[in-house]
Amino acid sequence: MADQKKLAIIATKGTLDFAYPPLILGTTAAALDYEVTIFWTFYGLQVLKKERDLKISPLGNPAMPMPIPMPVLVQILPGMEAMATVMMKQKMAGKGVASIDTLMEMALEADVKMIACQMTVDLFDFKHSELIDGVEYAGAARFFEIAQDADITLFI
Amino acid sequence: MADSTLDAKGLNCPLPILRAKKALKGLATGQVLAIEATDPGSAKDFESFCVQTGNELIKASENSGVYYYEIKKKG
Repeated sequence: MADQKKLAIIATKGTLDFAYPPLILGTTAAALDYEVTIFWTFYGLQVLKKERDLKISPLGNPAMPMPIPMPVLVQILPGMEAMATVMMKQKMAGKGVASIDTLMEMALEADVKMIACQMTVDLFDFKHSELIDGVEYAGAARFFEIAQDADITLFI
Repeated sequence: MADSTLDAKGLNCPLPILRAKKALKGLATGQVLAIEATDPGSAKDFESFCVQTGNELIKASENSGVYYYEIKKKG
């Protein structure tokens, strides 16, 4: 389609909470007939992993709603991050929020194009085999080629 | 009458929209998809979905927390 709208997203973050915006917006835009490209860089690459193990931490995030008030010195205790992650995943499942695995599947099914930043793949010593299949490896110049033609560009 | 029905109850954004898009793919032009949802955000979202995709929202109602929509597939 020549007049198809296009969305380009840069996704830079790899915590469980920040994995959501690029995938929610990407899948929704695809459902609205946009051609969608997500350029994953830095910690965002964690979301592209085949075996993803995304976590959320209350530490350094005073805006995170907690069931009980939790002093920072408690938040740094071993196991707190794992506990917060389990609690968040349970809460999400209970509220009918899709998992990241599901959203990624739906994004790929909807032909959302995934590009991994080759520079950060090198930086973190990730192997291409660790990332999901069908990913393109490229750099900043490739992003601009896509972004110059996009109707909407987001940095997340 | 609807040609197909989608139960999106209990699902949260963006799943009702994504499931509806998928369900519409399986329909022919002019056929109607009925959707039931419980996400209050779906009211505005289905309106926006139809405005942007050209499908026609022919019915939207709410009854004790269950939202009901009928979408006619565009030509």
